Order: sequence, then structure tokens, then C-alpha cells
Amino acid sequence: MISREPVITVKNMVKKFGDFVANDNLNFEVYKGEIFGFLGANGAGKTTAIRILCGLSIPTSGDMTVAGYDVFRQTEQIKKNIGYMSQKFSLYEDLTVYQNIRFYGGVYGMKISERKARTTEMLDRLGLTAYENRKIGDLPLGWKQKLAFSIAILHNPKIVFLDEPTGGVDPITRRQFWNLIYEAVEKGITVFVTTHYMDEAEYCDRVSIMADGRIVALDTPEKLKEQYNAANMDEVFLKIAR
Amino acid sequence: MIEVIDIHKRYGDIVALEKVSLSVKKAELFGLIGPDGAGKTSLMRILMSLLLPDGGSATMNGLDVVSDYKKVRLITGYMPGRFSLYPDLTVEENLKFFATVFGTTIQENYHLIKDIYQQIEPFKTRRAGKLSGGMKQKLALSCALIHKPEILILDEPTTGVDAVSRKEFWEMLKRLKDMGITILVSTPYMDEASLCDRIALIQQGTLMSVATPQAMIKSFPEDLWTVRTRKIYNTSKLLENLPSMISVNSFGQVLHLVTPKGIYNIGSIQQFLILKGETEISVEPAAATIEDVFILLMNIPKERP
Repeated sequence: MISREPVITVKNMVKKFGDFVANDNLNFEVYKGEIFGFLGANGAGKTTAIRILCGLSIPTSGDMTVAGYDVFRQTEQIKKNIGYMSQKFSLYEDLTVYQNIRFYGGVYGMKISERKARTTEMLDRLGLTAYENRKIGDLPLGWKQKLAFSIAILHNPKIVFLDEPTGGVDPITRRQFWNLIYEAVEKGITVFVTTHYMDEAEYCDRVSIMADGRIVALDTPEKLKEQYNAANMDEVFLKIAR
Repeated sequence: MIEVIDIHKRYGDIVALEKVSLSVKKAELFGLIGPDGAGKTSLMRILMSLLLPDGGSATMNGLDVVSDYKKVRLITGYMPGRFSLYPDLTVEENLKFFATVFGTTIQENYHLIKDIYQQIEPFKTRRAGKLSGGMKQKLALSCALIHKPEILILDEPTTGVDAVSRKEFWEMLKRLKDMGITILVSTPYMDEASLCDRIALIQQGTLMSVATPQAMIKSFPEDLWTVRTRKIYNTSKLLENLPSMISVNSFGQVLHLVTPKGIYNIGSIQQFLILKGETEISVEPAAATIEDVFILLMNIPKERP
């Protein structure tokens, strides 16, 4: 259930690289248990913002917390409380399924007993039990992405950041992936996701759209469509970002 | 014109292409639609003479891609899936380099790239590695066009590109096609299929269907329904238990339900959901999209001889 309890608060967030303003005074909140879609054209400043919220980059100014921790001073605590998955790099190709899980479980400091229990449950859920000794590089992309997502939430983070998780994935697997997202939400995990598939924007509880370093729209897909007099999110996006 | 006859390719145990045959007409915009790992890149690399097939043959404007490979390269422009220009050279230097390699100049064929190149010309002294995704893509297309190719092979030019830039890119392809260039383009975005003259749906190295997008949609063999509900996930789980249903998938804010031809009507589907406790729902017949066709074909198990 979506509450109004914020797990991410962003106030007046600014990030400059020299003269270039990548994030120009962003303001928004992400609520506990929601799927928050973070959209925008290439170069709009999405990646910069995500890196700040994951504790990987220090903003120029602003007042931001993630899972209750300050993005200037408490980046290590932030990292312990979030999961992250990107399209480009998710898992180690030369390690097996099992070794990847063990590695990430170790990085997140999980107890061995807990990691083992959750690994069994996860592989069973994904139907990958028979493949635990396969190298990641030998798996189809769709399987990899589902596994990468499951590993990103293995340590039960408060928030999971997904950066274009479904790019290039076939239409059936893409939908299975979204079912995994819904299951994670039911467990109370907040999902922060970027995508270029506009039908996926419809699956989000709320969507923000960035252009030129600013957030130019933020609402539920329903209200955005109403506001921009559009039949679907694709039209909303084209009207805003063009 | 591109002719592909029975091309097959394996990497060890993995079958990348299994007896693929297709033909692309002159000045046709032909789309190869399929997910990662379907075999799109392997086919394009074979056509570009960058990879040898295990069997079968292919010609580009009558030239064999194996025996006439040098000539093939002169008449084709290629945009690989990965950005492959020189990141340390500027925009203009990259373009000049490709023109020189093919024994021509930017001036000579400027008319071909004008529409596209003008958009990045203000940044011509910027290094290619410093360009945004959309700009890199425009530069790569300019470089692929600068020697005035008869055939263009574009490997997922719009992957990872935002919806606005994707739209602009397809408008550019349309103009190139109108100039008489034959274009083979691949994409994982099913919604881009409708922008092609003809498409091939490819999955696991096999062409599942080749037709115009309109014909493919029209020949959807089963009944398709749009189901609107407040609880997408819940309703979709319920519909999975509808007797003999073929598939139920979310499409944005609605569900697409596929059932065998002639078995259900609006009333009987509504009744099924109401009996399961779903009240706020609506059901209506819907036209298929290319994604529906793709999902349906994926669900049919591959026949093996």
C-alpha cells in the first residue's frame, strides 16, 4: 500500500559540472511502497540525479535524504539500505549464478544462513535452480535481468533503483520482470525506475518527467494524461519533451 | 535489394541463425524486430561481410556477401549496435575520415546527410565521445551515409534512445528511403514496427513471420480483448484461470486477453470476472498490435523436423 511517508526527499537539489547545470533545482518526494517512474530524454539529467540518490555523487547544493539518511554525510548508510540495478552492468559474466549471489550477499554483509535461505527461495521463484552453476554470460538477457533484479533486492533494501532494467528484453520477459517488481512492492520495497518504454510508464504509481535538468511534470499517469489531453504516456512524453 | 537464402550460423552449441531466408526490395524500409539474442546482429554482420555464415548465401544488389565482399562494402552503409566512431576525434573529423576512406568528400555527398548533419553541425568541433546519445546516433548515421551507399544496414539505432529522438530518427529513415536507399533496420521496440514497409519477427534465430505490419495485425488468428480494471495485477491473475485462454498481458494501463477464436464474447468474459469478485471492469474487443502478434508467435512451441 502506498503511504504518504516519504522514503526519498529531494529539496532544491542542484548539481553542476563546471558551468553546466545537470540538475537545476529538483524538488520531489518518493513515498514508501510506491513505484516511482523517473523519465526524461537522453541527457536530461536522470543519471546524475540517480547517482546522487545512490550516494555515488555529492550534489552541489540542496537538502536530500534517502531512507532517512543525508546524501552529503551518510552515503555509506544509504548504500546499505538501497539496491541498484542497471541495464548496462548488472552481474559478473564470468561468475556462475551461485557465485554472483554469494558475492553480492557478501558485499551487503548478509548472514550466511540468511543468504542461503533467500538464495534457495529466489532460484526456485525464478525457475533457475537447475542453472545455479551456469556462468552468467551463458544466460539469455531476459534471465540475467530477472536474476539481477532479484539479487538487487536480496538484502531486502528499503528502496531499489532500476536504471532501464528492461532495455532490449523480449515482450514476454519484460512483463515477467514487471511482475517481479510488483512482488517486491508487496514486500514493502519502494521502486525507483527509469525506462524508455512508455507502456511501462503506465505501470508506475507516479511518474516524473525531466527535461534540461528540471522536473517538468510529476503526477500519476492518469492525471498526466488528463492534464496533457493525451491518450497514453507516449503522447504525454512527446508533448513535454519535444 | 537484399536476398538471403537459408543462412545459418552457430556459435558452438548455440544456434544464432537457423535457415533464415528473406528478401528486401529496392528502396524498401525493412524492419527486423526481435529481442536481444534473437540473431539480428549476426544476420547483419553476415550481410556486411564481417562474419562468415556456416551455410546458405546472401547477396546485396546482386553481389555475394562472401565472394564479392569488397564490392559489398563499397555500396553499403553500416551502423553497428555499439557506438563505433572515434571518440577522440571531433564530429567533423569523424565524418571526414569516413568520407576519405571511401574516396569521397563531405561536400560531394552533403545533400544526403544535410538534414541530419545540420542538427549536430553546431557541435562539429566537439569530440564524438562527448556527445549525448541522440547526437552520437545522428553522427553515426551521417558517417554511414557519407559515401552514398545503395543499402543501409542499421543495427538497433534507437536502443536506449529516448522517445523523442527515436521519433525524429524514424522520420530521417523515411526521407532516406524516399531517396531510393534500401534500408534494413533492427529494433527491439515493437511500436517502431508500424513505421516499416515490411517487417520480420525474429526470435531464437528463426523468422517467425514476414509481412507488412498492417497484414500482420490483420491476420491475428485469435480473439483479442482489452480489459480495463482498477487492479491490473489482480485481474490478470484471475484471467489466467479463464478456461482455454491463450494469454493475458498488461499493455500500459489495460490488459490484453487472447482467447481462441469464437469461444468468448464480452458478456461471458465479464461474467467470469464478476463471479470471481471483480466488479469494476470493462471488456471490449481490440485490434492487435505487433507486440500482440509477437507474443502469440513466441508462445507457439517451435516445430522441429
